Amino acid sequence: MSDPITPVLTKRWLSPNSWRLSTYEQLEGYTAVRKALRGTPEQLVSLIKEAGLRGRGGAGFPAGVKWGFMPKDEEKPHYLVINADEGEPGTCKDIPLMMADPHSLIEGCIISAYAMRAHRCFIYVRGEVLHCMRRLSAAVSEAYEAGYLGSDILGSGFDLDITVHAGAGAYICGEETALLDSLEGRRGEPRLKPPFPAASGLYAQPTTVNNVETIATVPFIVNGGVDWFRAMGTEKSPGPKIYSISGHVEHPGQYEAPLGTTLRELLDLAGGMKDGIPLKFWTPGGSSTPLFTAEHLDVPLDFEGAAEAGSMLGTTALMIFNETVSVPWAVMKWTQFYRHESCGKCTPCREGTYWLAQILERMVDGRGTEEDIETLLDVCDNVLGRSFCALGDGAVSPITSGIQYFRSEFLELCRQNATSSAASSGGDAQSALVGAQS
Amino acid sequence: MTEAHEQARSAAREPSVDPATDPSAGEVFDADIHAKAREVIARYPQSRSALLPLLHLVQSVQGYVSREGITFCARHLDLSEAEVSGVVTFYTMYKRRPCGQHLVSVCTNTLCAALGGDAVYRRLCEHLGEEGRPLGHEETAGTPGEQGSITIEHAECLAACDLAPVLQVNYEYFDNQSPDSAVELVDALRNGDKPAPTRGAPLTDFRSAELQLAGFFPDDSEQSRSDVDAPTAAEETVRGARLAQDRGWTAPAMPDDVALPEVEQK
Repeated sequence: MSDPITPVLTKRWLSPNSWRLSTYEQLEGYTAVRKALRGTPEQLVSLIKEAGLRGRGGAGFPAGVKWGFMPKDEEKPHYLVINADEGEPGTCKDIPLMMADPHSLIEGCIISAYAMRAHRCFIYVRGEVLHCMRRLSAAVSEAYEAGYLGSDILGSGFDLDITVHAGAGAYICGEETALLDSLEGRRGEPRLKPPFPAASGLYAQPTTVNNVETIATVPFIVNGGVDWFRAMGTEKSPGPKIYSISGHVEHPGQYEAPLGTTLRELLDLAGGMKDGIPLKFWTPGGSSTPLFTAEHLDVPLDFEGAAEAGSMLGTTALMIFNETVSVPWAVMKWTQFYRHESCGKCTPCREGTYWLAQILERMVDGRGTEEDIETLLDVCDNVLGRSFCALGDGAVSPITSGIQYFRSEFLELCRQNATSSAASSGGDAQSALVGAQS
Repeated sequence: MTEAHEQARSAAREPSVDPATDPSAGEVFDADIHAKAREVIARYPQSRSALLPLLHLVQSVQGYVSREGITFCARHLDLSEAEVSGVVTFYTMYKRRPCGQHLVSVCTNTLCAALGGDAVYRRLCEHLGEEGRPLGHEETAGTPGEQGSITIEHAECLAACDLAPVLQVNYEYFDNQSPDSAVELVDALRNGDKPAPTRGAPLTDFRSAELQLAGFFPDDSEQSRSDVDAPTAAEETVRGARLAQDRGWTAPAMPDDVALPEVEQK
C-alpha cells in the first residue's frame, strides 16, 4: 500500500535551483540514461510496455505500445516530438514540471529517442509560457555542454539533437497531428488518421508524439524497474500521477499521488472545500472530460475508474466548483472557449460550437427556452464523433454532462424567462411566444 | 494586390534573391534580423518549420506582424505571402495591429473567471479606457510602442489554474490576482515601472519577449543566467511535495540495480 502522496516527478521541485544541471546530477539525474544506453532499444520498449506506462496527455494510450509502432529499421529519419502545448482548461502540471525540472524531460527524451531510433527531437512548448522556454533552452544548452546531447552521447555512439520550439497560441496544437502540422510551419489543423504518426508523422516520416509527463516518467522506470513502478497505482493504470487541484479548495496545487486516488482523498490533502462551502461539480481531467458531482467523490481516479463512472481521466486536472457557481454559466464559458479554439477544418465542430455558444449565451442572459435544452443536446449529438479530432467531442462533454446532472438548473433559467416574459409586453413578445410553444 | 502578390511569388521562386539585400523586402528589418532569420531556419530539417519562430522574430521588431513582416517571412522561406498570411491569422499570439509596450493577458476561462478573472478583466478594461468607454480585447491604452502603452486581451486557460486568477504581462506570470492588484500593476507599467512577476524573469517589453520566443536569449551570459534563475517555486506548485516531506510520505524505495528486461534477439 503506497503513501497518500508519492513524490517521484515532483520530488526535486523542492530543491533550490532544481532546474540546473548541477542540482539534477546531485539528485541522481542522468543515471538512467547511462543504464539505458547500455541496453538495446528493444529492451527499453519492452520495459515501458511491461511497466504499463500510459500516456499522461489525456488519452492514456500505452506508451510502450506506441513506441512499438515505430519501424525497426532506420531507412527513414525518425522523430520524437514532445507535446508541451499544455492548454486543456484546468491543466497545469507540465509547465511547472518543465520549469522546475527540465532535465528530467531531457533525460527522458534521450532514453525514449534511443528506444525508437530517433536522432532528432522537438519539444513543442506553448508560446505563452516564456519562462518555460527560457528554462528548457538553458537546460538543453547545459546538456549539450555536458555531452548528454549531440553526437556519440556518453560514448555510446548514439546521436541526438533537441530543438525547443515555441507555439503561437492555439489550443488545437495540443492534438498530436495538429501539432505536427504546426511544427511544419502550417496552420494547426488535425490530420485524418490513419496513417498514424508512427508511419507518417513529421515531414511524413516515422514520428512519435508524447506528453511531457509521460517522457519525464521514463528515467524513473529505467532506474526503478517494472515492479517498483507497479507498486503504485492500479493494475491497468500503474504509477504515480500529478493531480492538479484548482478552484474552491483551501490549498490548490500539484499533488503527485498513485493513480486510482479518489477526489475525497485528494480534497483531504488539499485542506477540503474552501470556507466549507459544499462541492457542486468538478472535472476529473480538464474541461473536455464530462463533469462529475458530489456523487463521484469515491470514484477511483485512474483510466478505468473515471471511464466506468461516465467520464474520462484526461489530464487529471481537477477543477473544483462550489455551490455558488452556476452550471449553465460555467458550461457557457467553456463552450465559448471551444468556439474560439475550434480550428474550423471540420464542419460539425466549427458550426456546432458556434451555435452551441450562442444558445448558451442566450440562456444565461435569461432569454432561453425549455426547447433550447433539447436543441443543445441535438446539436451535441451532431458534433460528437463527427470530426477528425477530439476537440468537438471535448466541446460537448460539459454540455451533455451539465444537462445530465443539472437539468433543473437549465430549466430554472428558462422558466424564469417564461415568467418574466409573460409579465412584460412589447419587445419581449417574441421570446414569450417561443417559450409558450415548448 | 494581385500584381504585388505575383511579384512576391515569382521573387519567392527565385532562390538567387537574397532577402537581406532585396530592397523590396523593406528596410524595416536590418542585417542583424536577416542573420537571425537564417539562424532560425538552420535549426530545422525543413525550412518551413521556421515560420512560427520567424513570425515571433518579426513581432520583436515591429510589435506586430505587418505587411512587411509577411513579405520578410515569405522571402526567407520561399513561400507565397498568402501562405504566410494564412498561418498568421490562425494563431492568437500574432497581432495584426501594433501592440503596446506591454501586453497584458487576463485569463477569463471558466476556472479563473469563477475565482475573479472576469472581474479583473472588466476592471482593467474600464480603468484603461477613456471618456467612459472601456478598452476592448486587443486594444491599446496609449500609443503603441511608446513607453507605458498597454495592450489588453482576454486569454484562454494559461495553465496556472492552481494560482487562479492569473494574468500575464509579456507572457510572464502574475498569480493570484484581484481587480485591485491588477489595477496597481497596470498603473505601475504606465508609469514606466516594471513590477516583478510572481513567476518569471524581470519584465522587459513585448518586443523583447517575442525575440526570446524566437529562441534568442540575452547575449550577456550573466543576464541570461539570472533570467533563467528568476523565481518559479510558488507555494501551490510544491504543495504536494512539501506535504509529503512534512509527513514523511514517499514513493516506494527503488531496488538497487534492477536489470532491463531480457528480450529475445530476432
